[in-house]
Parts: sequence; C-alpha cells; structure tokens
Amino acid sequence: MQSPSEKKVIRKVIFASSVGTLIEWYDFYIFGSLAPIIATQFFPKTNPTAALLSTLATFAAGFIVRPFGALVFGRLGDKVGRKYTFLLTLVLMGGSTFAIGLIPGYDTIGFLAPILVLLLRLIQGLALGGEYGGAATYVAEHSPENRRGYFTSWIQTTATLGLLLSLGIILITRKSMSADAADSIRAFEDWGWRIPFWFSVILVGMSIYIRLKMHESPMFSKLKADGKLSINPIKESLTKKANLKMVLLALFGATMGQGVVWYTGQFYAQTFMENTIKIDFEQTRTILICAIVVATPLFIFFGNLSDKIGRKWIIMVGLLSAVLMYRPIYQQMINISSVAESQVDNSKTHIDRVLKPNAGKGYGLQNTTAFTVYENGITEKKVHVDTVYSSGVEKPQLIDKTSKELPSDRYWMMVGLIFLQILFVTMSYGPIAAFLVEMFPTKIRYTSMSLPYHLGNGVFGGLTPFIAVLLGTMYTGDLLVGLWYPIIVAGFCLLIGTIYLSNKIDNNVKD
Amino acid sequence: MNAIKKFFGVVWMILGVVTYGILLKTALEEISKKPTTDTIVQWSIFVIIFFPITIGFLIFGWLAFKGAYDDLPTSSDEIEG
Repeated sequence: MQSPSEKKVIRKVIFASSVGTLIEWYDFYIFGSLAPIIATQFFPKTNPTAALLSTLATFAAGFIVRPFGALVFGRLGDKVGRKYTFLLTLVLMGGSTFAIGLIPGYDTIGFLAPILVLLLRLIQGLALGGEYGGAATYVAEHSPENRRGYFTSWIQTTATLGLLLSLGIILITRKSMSADAADSIRAFEDWGWRIPFWFSVILVGMSIYIRLKMHESPMFSKLKADGKLSINPIKESLTKKANLKMVLLALFGATMGQGVVWYTGQFYAQTFMENTIKIDFEQTRTILICAIVVATPLFIFFGNLSDKIGRKWIIMVGLLSAVLMYRPIYQQMINISSVAESQVDNSKTHIDRVLKPNAGKGYGLQNTTAFTVYENGITEKKVHVDTVYSSGVEKPQLIDKTSKELPSDRYWMMVGLIFLQILFVTMSYGPIAAFLVEMFPTKIRYTSMSLPYHLGNGVFGGLTPFIAVLLGTMYTGDLLVGLWYPIIVAGFCLLIGTIYLSNKIDNNVKD
Repeated sequence: MNAIKKFFGVVWMILGVVTYGILLKTALEEISKKPTTDTIVQWSIFVIIFFPITIGFLIFGWLAFKGAYDDLPTSSDEIEG
C-alpha cells in the first residue's frame, strides 16, 4: 500500500512528465497536420503532389532522426540523469517549433525556407527521440511494482492527446481568423497556420517550470551515489549480446507492430478520409477528435489490466485485431462515404456564387460552390474560383476542390470506425512503456528502451502514411492497397511476439 | 517451443534478405521509371533507413537460430553479465 505522501509524489511525477511529453507530441504533430499548407508555403509550387511528398519526406525526416535522438539523449539520460535530459529535449522541441512559425515562405527567401524547415524538423525529431524514453523511465522508476502498467499508461495517453490538442488548436485557429468563414480559411492558409507553432512557446514555458521543480529518479540517484553508472550506455546497450538480443526482440516483437497500428489508426485514417474518400476538412478533424476523446481512457484501462494479466497478450490481441480488421474497416469507410449508388436530390442541390472585389486592383475573386445533395444525405461540395476583371472578362483559376459532408448517421458511423482503430492502438500501446522499462537494467534503461521504441514507432510507424500513400500512387486500381504495409508489418510483429516474448511481469526494475 | 524458435530464426534470416532485395529492386525500377529528385530522394530514404534495420533483423534471426531466445533473462544481472 502507498502512503498518502507517496501517492502525492507519484501524481506529481505523472503530471510533470505527462504534460511535457504531451506538449512535445503536440509540437511534433502540428507539422504533420498542417503538411499540405506547409507544402504550399515552403516548397516549389510546380506540382502540388510533389510539394506534398516533399513535406511528407520532411515529415519522415522528423521520424527517421528519432532513433538518433534516442541514442544521443538516451546516453545523456543514463549518464547525467533523467530529469535534466528531458528538460533539454523540451527546450529543443519548443525552440524549433516556435522557429518554424517564424520562417518566411519560399516566395520571400527562396530555397533557404525549405532548408531551414528541414533543419528545424530534424531538431524536433532528435528532441522527441530523447523525450519519451526519459518520461516513461522517470515515471516507471517512481512507480510501485504492481502498478507500473497503470502509472506509465498516463504517459501513453500523451501521444494521442498531443495529436488531439494539435487538431483542436488548428481547428479553432482556422475558424477564428475572420468573421467570414471563407476569409477565415484564406487567412489561415496565408499566415494563420503559424499561430499553432507560436502557441507552443507558452505550453513549453509552463512545462519547463513544472519540470524544474521535480527531483531526479530515485533509482538513478542511487546508482549515481553508488558509483555504478554506465560509462558508455550506447556500447553496453548494443554490443553486449545479452542486452542487444532484448533490444532486437523489443523492436521486432512489439514496437514495430505497435508503431504501424498507432500511425494507421490516427494518421493514415486522417489522410484516407481527407484525400481518398474526400471527406470535408473540418469533418475529418472532428471525427478524429470524437474518436480520440472516447478511446483515450482505454490507454489507462489496458495499462492497468496489464498489471493484472501481463503485458504481452494485450499487445498481441491489439496487433491481431488490426491485422484482421483493417481491410473491412476501411472498406466500410469507403461504403458509407460513397455516392455511387445514390440519386441526386434535385430539390436541395444549389449553386452559390460569391464575388470578393479586390479594391483598387480592377479584379476580384469569384467563388462558385456547387452543392450536390444525394438521397443518402451526403452533400458533395465543389469549389471553383475565377478571377473576374472589372472589364467583365473572367479568367478561370482552375482551383477546384471537391469534398463531401456526411449526414449525422454516417458521421457517427465513421466516428465508430475510427474509434475501433484507436481501440487497437490503446491495446498495443497502453502497456508498452511498462513492458519496455521492465526489459532493461536501470543503468542503461534510457538508451536501451528508447532505441527500439523510436525505431518501431518512428521509422516503421512514422513512415506508414507516406508508404501507404506511395503504394496508392503505384497501384491505382485498389483504394485499400496502402493498408498492406501496416497489415504485413503488424502481422510479422504478432508472429515474432507470440513466439518469443514472455508474458511475465518483472516486478523488480530497481536492478 | 525452442525448436520452433530456432526454425523461425532461419525464416527471419531468409525473409530479411528477400525483403531487402525486393525493396532494392522496386527502388531501382521506380527511379528508372521516373528519375525526378522526388522519386530518388524518397526511395533512397527507404533503402538507407531499412539497411541497418535489415542487418538487425538478420542478427535477430541468427540469435534465434543459435538458441539465444530459448530462455529470456529474469533479472538484470543476466543482461549485464
């Protein structure tokens, strides 16, 4: 039993660690969520797909450097301490996020713009690589042995809540730029997208203040006092066969599968809704937000459950569910957003034209929005923009955007389908911090657990939306082709984990 | 169970080589089909980043084949050796 003062300490530890980690995820994900806008701001506009791919490549760069961050900051955390290392990662993350919001666009400073964005994105990736392992280790090393899954599961909620916060801030900013909805969106795409980046500085400042008040992990302090710290944590992690085999097992038997499930359920699902089945921007975000809000407590539930029945089978059931259910779920997403077998309801179909004069310049922009309403309740919206000169001549701009708005029943069905995917995320991700902490000894824990986590989550997982989109462009006949990547990776991880992992909970992480 | 672990060790080694071979072949085909900077950069990222991971997978297969996973450590002393 914990005394009230011990409970108070652990609550403080969880709060300080979780808030900082949440903010780091927020910083990391606003870039991904704003990828299409960033593409138009920082990359040559010759081809929108090329611009998007360039941004996604930058996005991937943010993920690919994460394992290097795990090594650099993991080493620091095992030598200098958990507390100061994850303070440093927070400062780096906050600083680079704020700076991205300040960089002038490609139109202003040319190629320096994408180069600076890339550099700052790499710093973000490095910082994140050092953050998670520190926070998970810090909380686990404060936790009582029979509640480690429960307490570390709060850290596991932060990635999803960081994504939720990023989606929420983006939606609010996008809507509040102007009283007129179209003007607000235009202003957001022009410069308002920078606000979520600037907002980060407030969050990071608060988090640094909270973390500065925390003490070092008791297990690390004891090792330090006993003079038993590792001299070279990276060497010990990767060259000692006994430890290397556990690093490899953690990667191939748990984190690579968990990584693809995480990114399919929360990122690829968003890309698929917006780009493949053309759901409206705002609906896509609110669908994801609703599903995340309902599913997030399940991280805690499965973390807690793992203290009672072990970590392995919860993670494996999450992977198995993803492997079996992804294709039916995505097929259903296509079906409920389809208008192919529905008749047009002519009584509700209409066209809106809005002319926005550009004072003193002799021309204006005319937005033509055609609303086609189908009998199944879906509204298809096609936006077309023309330049109208004072002489009356119209020059088509060829800016056509098609999107669909789902009626209430289909909207909630879509929320349910996304919820299912996040349920798989909570099963495979909820217990994983405790699982990784228990695999490695204290003196090289930060390095050893960070590396497989960021290879699995960052590389295998982070590349999921990119590889899935790429498969879609290579095999255009099958809308679901992109799912084969997460299904195959999760499938192999399931097989490896089932055969090689142990379900035993290591009660002693003090060694 | 230990025999299964060792057998799959061989499977992982073969799979690692085959998968990386397919990745390399696809990368070369896609780059020759469309030799733009974008294509070269994205496929190069995949080829480079998955190389050390493939090596890791081969080591994992080798260790499994040699019986390193027959018994998992139960305390940190076994890991620190």
